[in-house]
Amino acid sequence: MKNFKRLLPWILLAIAFFILPAILDDFRLNLFGRYFSLAITALAIDLIWGYTGLLSLGQGIFFSLGGYAVAMHLMLNTKSEAGGNGIPKFFENYGVDQLPFFWQPFWSPMSTLILLWLVPAVVAGLVGYLIFRNRIKGVYFSIITQAALMVFYHFFNGQQKLINGTNGLKTSTTEIFGQLVGSPDLQGWFYRITVLLLPLAFLACRYFTSGRFGDALIAIRDDEVRLRFTGFNTVPYKTIVFIVAGLLCGVSGALYTVQSGIVSPQYMTIAMSIEMVIWVAVGGRGTLVGPIIGAVLVNYLRSLVSEALPEMWLFVQGALFIFVVVLMPDGIYGWFTKGGFTRLLAAFGLAPRTATYPQLDLEVAPASEGRVISND
Amino acid sequence: MELFFSQILDGVSIGSVLLVSATGLAIVFGLMGVINLAHGEFMMLGAYVTFVVQSIFKPMGGVLFELYFPIALVAAFVVTALVGVLLERTLIRQLYGRPLETLLATWGVSLIMVQLIRSVTTAMIAAIVAGVLLGLLAVRFLAARFAEYPFFPYLRGVVWAAALGVGLAINGALASVRPLASAWFGPRNIDVTAPKWLQGSWGKIAGIELPGIRIFIILLSVALLLAMLWFLRKSVWGLRMRAVTQNRQMSNCLGIPTDRVDSITFGIGSGLAGVAGVGITLLGSVGPNLGAAYIVSCFMVIVLGGVGNLTGTVIASLLLGILQSVIGSGSILIAFPDLPASVKGVVEFFATTSMSLVLVFTFIIAFLQFRPNGMFPQKGRSVEV
Amino acid sequence: MTTPLLEIDDVSVSFDGFFALTDFSLRLMPGELRSVIGPNGAGKTTFLDVITGKVKPLKGSVTFRGETLVGLSEHKISQLGIGRKFQTPRVFENLEVIRNLELAASPSKGPFALLTQGIPSRVRDEVQRLLDYVGLGPYAKVQAGSLSHGQKQWLAIAMLVAQSPQVLLLDEPVAGLTDEETVRTAELIKSLAGDHTVLVIEHDMEFIRDLNASVTVLHQGSVLTEGSLDEVQNDPRVIEVYLGQAED
Repeated sequence: MKNFKRLLPWILLAIAFFILPAILDDFRLNLFGRYFSLAITALAIDLIWGYTGLLSLGQGIFFSLGGYAVAMHLMLNTKSEAGGNGIPKFFENYGVDQLPFFWQPFWSPMSTLILLWLVPAVVAGLVGYLIFRNRIKGVYFSIITQAALMVFYHFFNGQQKLINGTNGLKTSTTEIFGQLVGSPDLQGWFYRITVLLLPLAFLACRYFTSGRFGDALIAIRDDEVRLRFTGFNTVPYKTIVFIVAGLLCGVSGALYTVQSGIVSPQYMTIAMSIEMVIWVAVGGRGTLVGPIIGAVLVNYLRSLVSEALPEMWLFVQGALFIFVVVLMPDGIYGWFTKGGFTRLLAAFGLAPRTATYPQLDLEVAPASEGRVISND
Repeated sequence: MELFFSQILDGVSIGSVLLVSATGLAIVFGLMGVINLAHGEFMMLGAYVTFVVQSIFKPMGGVLFELYFPIALVAAFVVTALVGVLLERTLIRQLYGRPLETLLATWGVSLIMVQLIRSVTTAMIAAIVAGVLLGLLAVRFLAARFAEYPFFPYLRGVVWAAALGVGLAINGALASVRPLASAWFGPRNIDVTAPKWLQGSWGKIAGIELPGIRIFIILLSVALLLAMLWFLRKSVWGLRMRAVTQNRQMSNCLGIPTDRVDSITFGIGSGLAGVAGVGITLLGSVGPNLGAAYIVSCFMVIVLGGVGNLTGTVIASLLLGILQSVIGSGSILIAFPDLPASVKGVVEFFATTSMSLVLVFTFIIAFLQFRPNGMFPQKGRSVEV
Repeated sequence: MTTPLLEIDDVSVSFDGFFALTDFSLRLMPGELRSVIGPNGAGKTTFLDVITGKVKPLKGSVTFRGETLVGLSEHKISQLGIGRKFQTPRVFENLEVIRNLELAASPSKGPFALLTQGIPSRVRDEVQRLLDYVGLGPYAKVQAGSLSHGQKQWLAIAMLVAQSPQVLLLDEPVAGLTDEETVRTAELIKSLAGDHTVLVIEHDMEFIRDLNASVTVLHQGSVLTEGSLDEVQNDPRVIEVYLGQAED
């Protein structure tokens, strides 16, 4: 059993890497590639929300910045997209004949590979530092990040001349290595890259959440004021995790963009950013496995519902939000690990009932006095 | 110059709508600690109630039609307040003391409300009513027998799932009947026309036209604000609300029905959003996605003004409305035609609705760097617990 | 006479016009053990807030080893060597007991140190010693949230000691403890005095007597009197404050 548990991640990785591409058709494989890239965003949100208690409603900013970075590179390096001046065609529609300066670094693949995570990380660092320095936290943090998201959304949406505005940048018709980005061959490779990067993101999150740094994060979530009086300056801690989360979201957005075929301001809507949060909530926040399960499951559900009854998806999604928050605050993974399944069996007389303490939700005020432990 | 002032008047009227809505949001947030992300959808609901009232009065024509607007105001308040109370009783009640959870749950509610408005049909309403009644009856029936058993909560879940299935089946069955299955509103924008007495000008002051719609909205919000102040300061329920805010347990001990206070508070907050929604029908287009356009602005008003401060809310909402309108229209250029070219370029760059929001929100975020608690922060030791 | 280690001079604090402290002054000598009593609302917790940087005073100065503390942030003051235990035992509920202590004991509090370095064995031993001393040894791997109230109190005190501050400010360290636990806590505090400077706020007079330290009485935001417990208890002004105006 213990051996199995240690091998399980490798087995899952092998299945995702070798078996899924063999049994799924191109369309389905591409969908799973998208789910896995979104799972990286879920991990990032878990890092800041599940572990550090910062509910950011603005992760769409970093996700999109990563996506735009890749899309700009692909646009620039595709001959069929080029217009008169050797710059992407869409510029002609707005009478722009000179490439805006910030497009320049994206000619080179090397600098694109760096900028797609560096830009989100820097923006996250800046936004995060400014917010945390002023000790804005809790719901105020959520509201401010949402406002920041709106700033970016309206900027990208309104600037046709700079970034094609509301149309976004289409990547599926661009080329790389002499092949269409939308071609099954390349999509297969993007899938494999995603499958390899997801465990890396997982390990990165584990690096930050285990050990003493992780302890400090949980301490910030539980009682930040107390930690400050213990001699910790919490600002750099929060800024660092926010940067890491922004970086991961950037990578995730880049992977998602090449697989979905487009990046547009739609990725920066409030709806998208809050949806990212629900992946984590469904899977189980405060665990690293939960967000991956949640992201894949919710998005799979989304594909199923949208294919069958598109107008039902918002109902289902809304119900999911309410259900998880009210009835399953620990998410699916948390429900299992905290004995939810055993309780279910016990309720129907299928398992012996154990005297478990009611699990307290993390956000609830600390338990009242006088709870006696009965370990002895 | 006249144009500039009329732009400011525009801004003030937008700010007034924001003010009404933000006051509702602030009451719910400040008094109950609930972050209601469905607040924008309550505004949308108010706008749709206006549309319905208008549609009912349209065939009557003449003077009666002219009177629909005040009736719509009352109807919108009542309907949204009732929906708010329902929401509080069923959902919000379970989440007190967990603001982030209320945020996520109410977002779920907002998604459902948007889709409901888009695709609501008579068949769907029938199915929902049937499903809910069936579920309630079945749960009550089973509770009599199995309430003591440990599996009862799960059983209840199964029953509700079954009721949902029945509802879907009823909806499916009725969907084949044409008139029952046609969408009431559909996903597109709807058309609300202001009555004649609101259209056009209400006269001139110093050469500036006073458009009836703008003035009406401003007067309306002033009246509502005064009514709200009176309610909170002078009425019994207002007193109870303030008492519950300060000390819930103590209020309970004094015999104040705290759960009814909660319901009323949430109902009033939602009702105000509904009235704001009526105002919006006069200013812009009305569609299912209306809420999303205003919710962030409402929160910005609260954060900028300082939580729990009415003066702050008033100033912040007017400021937001005016800035948005003046920057977005680029009317600074008309008011000051002799600006240097570089400044002109900057003004033109931000002279769209989108870009004005970029500037205004950036300005607010920057402002919070110097005054993290808004313009009028709450003082005292209760601030940072 | 040696110079005081911590000196609060002429401090006033106002919340919205209500003066929680008025012209408040207090001096702590190195190695001193001091207890502070006073009725509710006397400003006991507020002056701890002022020392530790939570509340900015309207006027007056707070100096520690000749360095002014007013305007410094909480973590800086803590790093200078002033530790505080809160009125309610605040521990990190979702961390194991030992992790709580290790966090407090960590010699470097920066993020990069925590990411890359382990805990020095010296600190690890110290943590173990503290755990055993407060009787939490068997609970080292238990989540702090599931401890009993008394155990949380001790964990909070142990965390404070683990910080190895020069000055310990204890706000109601024995509230909610059993008599036996109270006696042990008094022993612990007495053993700390000498090496450390300790200030204790309490309501429990038996405990204050146990501590056998000089007593400062606060009333309405200023110092009413100072002296030994017996002197203070017989002071008519103190009696008046606690029991109301004597009938005559």
